[in-house]
This record gives sequence, structure tokens and C-alpha cells, in this order.
Amino acid sequence: MKKSIDLINERVRDGNARVVTADAMPGIVAELGEEEALREVDVVTTGTFGAMCSSGAFFNFGHAEPPIRMERIWLNDVEAYGGLAAVDTYIGATQQSTTREDQYGGAHVIEDFIAGKSVELRAMSRGTDCYPRRTITTDLLLEHLNQAIMCNPRNAYQRYNAAINTTDRMLHTYMGMLLPNSGNITFSGAGGLNPISNDPKLHMIGNGVPIFLGGAQGMVIGEGTQSSPAGGFGTLMVSGNMKEMSQDYVRAATMQGYGVTLYLGVGIPIPVVDLDVVRSTAVRDEDITVDLLDYGVPSRSRPVVRKVNYAQLRSGLVEVNGEEVRTSSLSSYRKAKEVAETLKVWVEQGKVNLVLPTRPISPETRVMPMHESVHGPRVLDIMDKRVISVGETEEIRAAAQKLLKGETNHLPVINNSGLLVGIVTTYDISKAVANPGKATLVRDIMKKKVVTTTPDEPVDIAVQKLERHNISAMPVVDREMHVVAMLTAINLGKLIGGRWLK
Amino acid sequence: MKLLVNFSKKAGQKPIIAQVVKDTGVLINVERAIIDSSEGEALIDIPDDTCRIVKEKLADLGATVRVLEHGIILDETECVDCGACVSVCPHEVFYLDEHWVIRLREGRCVLCGRCIDACPHHALYQKDEA
Repeated sequence: MKKSIDLINERVRDGNARVVTADAMPGIVAELGEEEALREVDVVTTGTFGAMCSSGAFFNFGHAEPPIRMERIWLNDVEAYGGLAAVDTYIGATQQSTTREDQYGGAHVIEDFIAGKSVELRAMSRGTDCYPRRTITTDLLLEHLNQAIMCNPRNAYQRYNAAINTTDRMLHTYMGMLLPNSGNITFSGAGGLNPISNDPKLHMIGNGVPIFLGGAQGMVIGEGTQSSPAGGFGTLMVSGNMKEMSQDYVRAATMQGYGVTLYLGVGIPIPVVDLDVVRSTAVRDEDITVDLLDYGVPSRSRPVVRKVNYAQLRSGLVEVNGEEVRTSSLSSYRKAKEVAETLKVWVEQGKVNLVLPTRPISPETRVMPMHESVHGPRVLDIMDKRVISVGETEEIRAAAQKLLKGETNHLPVINNSGLLVGIVTTYDISKAVANPGKATLVRDIMKKKVVTTTPDEPVDIAVQKLERHNISAMPVVDREMHVVAMLTAINLGKLIGGRWLK
Repeated sequence: MKLLVNFSKKAGQKPIIAQVVKDTGVLINVERAIIDSSEGEALIDIPDDTCRIVKEKLADLGATVRVLEHGIILDETECVDCGACVSVCPHEVFYLDEHWVIRLREGRCVLCGRCIDACPHHALYQKDEA
């Protein structure tokens, strides 16, 4: 059996359509069976409400007198794109204010406009014969704009990997605050309510399909950027009229230490046309699995700590290496349900004309990493290969002589097998000399906790380590902990002017 | 009830809280304390009916005492019930109820302020009770 979209729209018009939210569908299918569920249910509404960084809006301000072609544009001191000619611009949600940093950004401009607040536009131009004006400053309300069209390149992620931090320091990420030593887990997404999770093959979600966006009726433009439905991480590009949106579903936010983002409500009605739709909308939280990634590793490929599903994440506790770790959702499940419920009412009231995609989105797409024709500098490009080290059983005096001779301030300490066991600095030795005590050997005064780097580590990561530990040098080690070089602040000078490229 | 006790360096060298416990017999629970070379601050929890005597005794010993009537405060207009605060709180003050709405067990709060930083929506704040 199949149901045509026309039949479904007809039932909606007649007030006979059965519309359910996605979280009710697993129960209905379990109770009625798939065939009966197909006959019974006409539309399943989905919803999600969370941080969607890749969001923004196009504005058209209308022409000033005399007219200006705006080249640099700020809205409440948040810079907007000036390459669209005359009085159009695009403001990105994560763009930060030049005056208030991460406490205000593009997302706040969008929310302020929707909330009916006044926003100051400042713009500059070099002036042309046709657009003579060079500067403009004016206070604007949303109603003063010709168009305010939210247009988000990457929204409604199908699911999102959860985050944990195995290092011994607190991390501030776009996945929120991650406590040290696997102290908590954060996750995002509405699980079984999530739009694409209810249509992972993208049969019914495609170009032109009507959606709920920020409290307004919007639509799917098409495939979202970085979309990877083949791997279970589909995204959508969507748009909607900001003038019809509500602050209830559009909220600016700041992830401390990361920056500004936009919390947004997105929902999609899925017409139940065949058994495939019945099956895909019967998805439950426990069917949707993600990786729990260690954000302590500053790399694109973060290690997977374990697999975890949305039911486990939402339960509040997830077991990691035999210990229960508390979880935090960063997206709002209450709001996600509210989006799906509101959309259900809209469909029941006949406000949404359901359509099939005018063009399908390929479910085969898979995201690629960046092609890097020039690799960034790594430690081996700038490190100092002359290593002067000292044995742990040598006398402090010997270490002092080596420091003097080697014109260095840092001396890695090695054991009998030649492996790194500590580090001494001129400071440690001065201290030992100034306060003569029992210490006579290097191992008595060395610092045993050594911050190290490796030859293939990107310099940016190594520099982060130096800054974080407030040190000016560290040993470069191989896998076995042999010291192969030193990286000092002086070596960083090679980065200037691209001298490391040679 | 919770009291915030501040003492200067001079007084900090005396075992103020121990002295109060000894003199009053009230069992004081120290929930949080920061003491450095120049000053100290301690958040203590005591039975409500001992408030007057503990406060007086602390004041006699040179400390300034504030009664903290509120734990962390949630601004419901800003909160979207995401839950970012839930797992970062060391005292499990926050939880999501059966309607996925954030609830507070205010009595557990020791005003460490970690949730204030973790909240993406600036919905949590500490009331200035000065």
C-alpha cells in the first residue's frame, strides 16, 4: 500500500488527517503494526532545538539618500559581509562584536531584531559616481528592512557525537564545559525527534519541503554544507522569513571560551506515504548511536572512547571505564518537543501544504576533510636538534656546567637507558645552589613531570602547551621517550616570514 | 542555613571556625573555603536555629558574616532547558524533571559559580546580597 501526497493533503483539508509527533510513532507502530500504522498516520512531525552555529541572515536595508554602496558594515558593532553590493548584507551567527567580544555577536543581532529591538547600522564606502555617500549610521527595527531572510548553510544535524575530556584540565569547547578526568559528558540533538533521523535516506526531506524554522514557516533549500548522510550525519540548508519568527525559537548564546552561537528550533513534517516512511519514523532514541569522543585530543580525528545511544545519553548517566559519568544535553529536549507539537498543530490546521521534494538530496554524500596543499609547520620543521642532556645520577655541578656550555636554560634528564625522566632548568640549579641542602644529584632537584612534544606535532598545538604550562621550552621525544630535540621559544622565530619552509 | 564568612589576614591566623565550634558546640559544615596570605572566605552551613549565636561569635572574632538566603538563581525567561548545567555542578543541584524542565535543589548549592560559566544563555546568576 502507498498513500499519495495529494490524499494526505486532502485529509488535512477535510480535517481527517492523523498527525503525530515523532516520539509517538514507535509506540503506534509497535501497537498497530506497520501496515495499519501506514493507514492510520498521515504526517509525522519532527523537531530539534539546539546550537546551530552555521546560521545567519540576509538583510536588505533599502537605499539611503544620497545612496551608498556599503563596503564595510556593522550591526551593533558586529561586522556583516560587505561584498553583496549596495544595501544587501549577510550576517553570520558566530561573528563577534568588535566591542563586546563573545558576549554579543551575529546571533544576538538576529535575536534582537526578532525581539523588536533597535539595531544600529554603521557602514562605510569609498563613494562612486552612482553611490556618492561614504558613511551612514542609523537605528533600524526589523520592520524597516525590506527583507530579513534567515538562510542557514548547515542546520539540523542528523545526530552529533558526544564529548568527554580525559585530560587533567578543564576544556571550554563548542560542546560546552568539559570537566577534567572524564568528569562529565555533553551531547546535542533530539535523538528520535530529530528531523533527518526520521528520514535518513532523505526520501521525503529535500529541496522545497516546508519546515518550521525559528517559529516561522520556512523551507529546505537543499543539502546542507558538510552534510554526510552516508555516514549518518546529514545536514540541511534552510531558509525562512525572520519577520515571522519568534524569540521563543531563536536564541543567541555564548559557549564560554568558544564564542557566540545561535540556538534555533527546526522541525520538518514528514508525510507518511509508504512503509519505508513508517519504518524510518519509528526510530527510537536507543536506535541512534553516536561516538563518545575525547575532546582532550586536539586533532580532527579524536579517539572514540565508546559508542553510546541517545537513550543512554538522556538517562543522565553513562558508564565509561567502569565509572558512571553524568551527562549534559546542550540542546533542549523540551523545546524540541514544543517544535514538533507546534508543527503538528500547524499541519492539523491546514497551514502547511505538504509537498514532495522538488529535487532529491543524495543520501550517498560523504564529507571530505580539507585538502591541504601546504601543510602547516610541525615541530620537526623548527626544533633544535642539538640536544644536551644530563644523566639523573650526575651531580648538580655537572648539570650547571652543561647549562653554561650549551648556552641553554633547559636540560632534559635521562636515565641509564637513555629515556627522558625529568628536566632541570637554570632556576632549579640556582635554587639548589642558593639553598644548599641534602640534594647533590640531578635527580634530587629535577622536575619529574615533563611537558613534551613530538616531531610530527603541529606547531600550533606545541605552542598551546608552552602557553598553558607557562614554560619556554620542552623536549621533543620519540615514541620510546628518547629525547630527539628541544623546542624552545627561540625556535618559534623561524615561523616568521615562512623561514621554516626553506 | 548558609553563611558567607570573610576574615582578614590578621584574624586568618587564628582558627576562627574551630573556635566557634568549640565555644558554641554548633557543628559547622564548611562547604567551600578559599584562604590565601591576605584574606579568607568560607561558606559554612549551620542549623537554622543556631544562626544568631554563630553569627555573633564569628563577629566577635573579627570576621564579617553574611547570611546567604539564596543559592544560584535561574532566570526562567532566559533558560531554554538545555541541561548544560546538569553535569558540571559538583553538588547535583540541577536536574531535568519528567517534562524536561530544569529544576533546582537550591539547598545543595554552595555558590561555586561553575554553572554560571557553563550556561550558554546567561540564565544563571548569583544574587548580590550585600
